[in-house]
Amino acid sequence: MSYLAPETLEQALSALADPGPMRLVAGGTDVFPALGDRPLRGGLIDLTRVAEMKGIAARDGGWRIGGAVTWREILKTDLPPCFDGLKAAAREVGSVQIQAAGTLAGNLCNASPAADGIPALLALDAEVELASRDGTRRLPLADFVTGVRQTALRPGEILSALHIPVQPEGARSSFLKLGSRRYLVISIVMVSAVLWCRDGRIAGARIAVGAASPVARRLPALEAALTGLAPEALGAVTTPDHLAPLQPIGDVRGSADYRRAAVAELCDRALRKALHG
Amino acid sequence: MDKRTSSPLTAFHLNGRIVEAAPLPGERLSHTLRERLGAREVKVGCNAGDCGACTVLVDGVPVCACLMPAQQAAGREVDTLTGLLETPEGQRLMRSFQDHQAAQCGICTPGMVVSAVALLRETPAPTEAQAQDALGGVLCRCTGYRKIVAAVVGAAAPRMGEGKVGDTIRRLDGPAKVEGRERFGDDIADPDTLVIRVIRSPHPHAAFSFGDLAALERRPGIAAILTAADVPGLNAFGVIPAFVDQPVFAESVARHRGEAVAAVVGTPEAMATFDPADFPVTWEPREAVLSVEEALAKGAPLLHETRKSNVMTSGFVARGDAAAALSRADVVAEGRFRSGFVEHAYIEPEAGFARLVGERLEVHACTQAPVMDQEGLAQILGWPKERIRIVPTAVGGGFGSKLDLSVQPFLALAALKTGRPVRITYSRTESMQSTTKRHPSDLTVRIGATKDGRLCGMDFRGDFNTGAYASWGPTVANRVPVHASGPYRIADYRAAARGIHTHNPSSGAFRGFGVPQSAIAQESLFDDLAEALGMDPLDFRALNALRDGEPTVCGQVFEQGVGIAACFDALRPAWEKARADCAAFNAASATVKRGAGIAGGWYGCGNTSLPNPSTIKAGITPDARLVLHQGAMDIGQGANTVIAQIFAEALGLPLAQVSLVGPDTDVTPDAGKTSASRQTFVTGAAAKLAGEALRREILKLCNAPETAAIALDGDGLHVTHEVQRHDIALDRMTPDAEGYVLRAEETYDPPTKPLDANGQGHPYAQFGYAAHLAVVEVDLTLGTVKPLRFTAAHDVGRAINPLLVEGQVEGGIAQGLGMALMEEYLPGRTENLHDYLIPTIGDVPPIDTLIVEVPDAHGPFGAKGLGEHALIPTAPALLNAIRNATGVRIREVPATPSRVKAALEAAGGAT
Ligand SMILES: Cc1cc2nc3c(=O)[nH]c(=O)nc-3n(C[C@H](O)[C@H](O)[C@H](O)COP(=O)(O)OP(=O)(O)OC[C@H]3O[C@@H](n4cnc5c(N)ncnc54)[C@H](O)[C@@H]3O)c2cc1C
Ligand code: FES
Ligand code: FES
Repeated sequence: MSYLAPETLEQALSALADPGPMRLVAGGTDVFPALGDRPLRGGLIDLTRVAEMKGIAARDGGWRIGGAVTWREILKTDLPPCFDGLKAAAREVGSVQIQAAGTLAGNLCNASPAADGIPALLALDAEVELASRDGTRRLPLADFVTGVRQTALRPGEILSALHIPVQPEGARSSFLKLGSRRYLVISIVMVSAVLWCRDGRIAGARIAVGAASPVARRLPALEAALTGLAPEALGAVTTPDHLAPLQPIGDVRGSADYRRAAVAELCDRALRKALHG
Repeated sequence: MDKRTSSPLTAFHLNGRIVEAAPLPGERLSHTLRERLGAREVKVGCNAGDCGACTVLVDGVPVCACLMPAQQAAGREVDTLTGLLETPEGQRLMRSFQDHQAAQCGICTPGMVVSAVALLRETPAPTEAQAQDALGGVLCRCTGYRKIVAAVVGAAAPRMGEGKVGDTIRRLDGPAKVEGRERFGDDIADPDTLVIRVIRSPHPHAAFSFGDLAALERRPGIAAILTAADVPGLNAFGVIPAFVDQPVFAESVARHRGEAVAAVVGTPEAMATFDPADFPVTWEPREAVLSVEEALAKGAPLLHETRKSNVMTSGFVARGDAAAALSRADVVAEGRFRSGFVEHAYIEPEAGFARLVGERLEVHACTQAPVMDQEGLAQILGWPKERIRIVPTAVGGGFGSKLDLSVQPFLALAALKTGRPVRITYSRTESMQSTTKRHPSDLTVRIGATKDGRLCGMDFRGDFNTGAYASWGPTVANRVPVHASGPYRIADYRAAARGIHTHNPSSGAFRGFGVPQSAIAQESLFDDLAEALGMDPLDFRALNALRDGEPTVCGQVFEQGVGIAACFDALRPAWEKARADCAAFNAASATVKRGAGIAGGWYGCGNTSLPNPSTIKAGITPDARLVLHQGAMDIGQGANTVIAQIFAEALGLPLAQVSLVGPDTDVTPDAGKTSASRQTFVTGAAAKLAGEALRREILKLCNAPETAAIALDGDGLHVTHEVQRHDIALDRMTPDAEGYVLRAEETYDPPTKPLDANGQGHPYAQFGYAAHLAVVEVDLTLGTVKPLRFTAAHDVGRAINPLLVEGQVEGGIAQGLGMALMEEYLPGRTENLHDYLIPTIGDVPPIDTLIVEVPDAHGPFGAKGLGEHALIPTAPALLNAIRNATGVRIREVPATPSRVKAALEAAGGAT
């Protein structure tokens, strides 16, 4: 059993290629709770010191968010309004303690249906950068998260960064989360919206919903229906048809019917919030 | 090159000093800090990021030490409470936490203060919202958070007195709590002490057999395996003599998920890598009955052969003719009300340490009932109880569950078998799976009233899911029929309650013993009646409120001290304003509605018709030390302070001169258990008697009259009366075996009388009374309920320390709010603090406590109990407020957004 703290991506990747079960850890906020009362088997590779995985940088009009960037760093970084939704999501992840340690990449790799980061990043059209000893590949986030706690991450790969493409001019965003208490709460459902206007009309929108299907989903029909609408008069736009991609389940946090009803309302509110703050 | 930090040492700055430790890969920083570096001020409540008790600063930023691999701290600055105490922010918080009594049990305090230091460094004058955001990750189960918020934002300190009865003073045991020096159950053992790990059933009902235990026992570092075969005495414990039915280790069949079947004892190193999944046991799951319906069904498996139909016991109270009264009533309200398991969720999981000292066993563990622990262990070991010494540690919250034995039998058996000191700490999940819960209830209730608004008949039937073992289930079955009327005049009454066994963890004592559940039914139906009669809900209650000289449903007549009407009077201004404000708000708001609800409650202090004496001993030493042996467990509620205030007042010496000796079965007499809201009343009365007795001893020495003044200083005692002064040189007197030259020991047992077959008699010497007003905002589209404020009127007879009263009320309301809106323990599903939600600092709104003082003839200086009263009216007041806001009646708690929305839809009231 060992604990490795590589400082470069190359070191990290070769550590991962070592024989013997090695687990990646960043903030540990999913790794340790999943361990429960049982001892860790195998070793840990700590990604928090990997130079290439640090920092948030503007690049080609878009942004590169390092694979070790925490929710707290997102909150502390000056970013344009299209990131307001991601920031709102960051503020809702657990508590300040969890935000200080937890990373966006960890949230994606853990692939919980209730991961708050996923809808916010889907709405930004994010891509993941996956590094391995054979090179790096990029995948749209929607293709990366494949199921409940399942991702397209291959053995030997590390999520080295997230890429946010250039956003339409004037894009604004929001994130709304519904839970049974104020802090430290796993979402019953959550919605993130990014939208932009031209000539006094909504010119485009991306809306993603989490915790209402095994994997967070965009709502293309709703997005299409919004185009051309006047922002001032936006009332109840979300219809049951728009929610077709979702398959909410019932659990301790809420019934399937409740989730369906709540999502529709939350979508409308998220849109209004993105438009009017 | 990779940095192979598995090569042992990790170095970092701890509170400014360079330290080195050799954590295992994957070891949590919290563990390294506590066990390798002695930083026991870092508390562990969940090991999963859910409670924040382990919060430390890493490079100035608050993180959960339980989620950080220790090696990640290498080269960084780690600060714990101890290191932050000396900083300006730390100093300010120490003072304000003491001034506001923001620490009750104190287990959450290190995490709170560390988080608050980080806030104050960035924002020296935070708003309430900023304080909540900064502290949202730290759970507190005791305080209801309001005092913590006040302390962090730097609200003006309440005015402090000198410690007379009626004075607000800082808690006497506060400094240790706010400085992180308090030693809880897991803080006693040396790091190299043998560790016990319990093996538990993963099934609600299963037969089991062991494989090769000897092979496991031979593994390096394993010191012993314990099973039922190792119990020398009786393999059973329980809190009620006729219901001692819970095995230390199940013998061949486990009756609930989480039941102990064996334990492994080993060195800390061996236990760090021991995986309970490797324990050689095979399970054969059997049909389980999980609900009351299943348990009562014909042919259902019996939990206990002698308890037919799985009925553990029942309680009954009848007075007059309920059926006849209900049939002549002009209006009748009826309904079925349900609630689920509620978990105590104290932040300190059960923990302790034990060792053999010669022929005796010494157990240091968190508990609410040291002498009951001693008696229970004596039975399990087959020893005389004098061979067992219980030295309670500080208790990080109890609320009823720490009345029962938990870790103590394992500690005792392991110490005995290994001959070495041993320790155990439950994991959060283990604590939730195996210790007691609030009883789920299924209540069918009918209440009538006549046109003039007077109550006319009540019929109550309640089934309580009591789980696998009796615990305090019989007490719940008995208490509920006595209390289900609420503090009202009901001449014709019938109430029956049953405890039903199921394959679930035992339901036991939880703040209110079943009364919070029955109050939901009764107080909700009262709103139905008021509506049917066209009466204001407060007027209706005030009209029917019990008064001096009127019989309770048990036929007990109190000629004095009945304070419920005074509580309703106290609430009236807030009630009228709240109703008007809500109506005004609603007129302008379509999808968000506000409502105000009210509920009353009462609670009998002390055991129901059973003796429950408390004894208090005090003495003065030759060197003029005044010592009070205060045996009432202070589990955060403030007994150490209140009992000392009462004693000092009765004796006539300043509180500052009293030195406390806490509970310890070797040196402090039995002050009974901390439950049934009895300590201020019963132990307080004993303390008053002891203070008076000691005073008489002193006065006798110089034949001074009762009105003489006493003073104590380094030269001894001085008694003055008018112009006369007597000096008593204590150092010339001969001390007794305990070293006291003057002493007193007094016992108080509240006068009660047995209940007859119809529950008629004198169950309690006093009741305490309460009425709460809740204002909520309901989002009609999402079904979310946001409490906006509470006003709580409590008749405490006499507030010995008013700020402690507020603390109890606020903490009780937070728990009542949790029960009403979010908490439900589902075995196998909500077994951690991630899925089992208790209120956070952002969920508890402002609370106004109105202290009402209708003195009680039996209580010390008129005082009445309070601990449990604090949450009884909360849940029904919230439900009534939801109803006032929406017109919808919620009859099952918790009223989660999903349930509220479903009810709104069913009522057609949703948009
Ligand atoms: C109390 C508490 C509250 C929480 N509340 C929320 C919440 O409100 N909303 C929410 O969405 N989540 C919540 N979480 C979950 C968690 O905090 C987040 O998912 C967080 O973002 C995970 O990041 P991490 O760095 O801590 O992941 P880790 O625990 O370090 O890792 C998570 C998983 O991802 C893998 N991994 C990590 N980084 C990489 C990488 N770069 N490449 C490949 N694999 C990687 C790890 O091997 C592991 O399997 C909460 C957790 C706790 C303990
Ligand atoms: S012990 Fe770390 S958060 Fe609870
Ligand atoms: S004082 Fe906060 S948990 Fe006890």
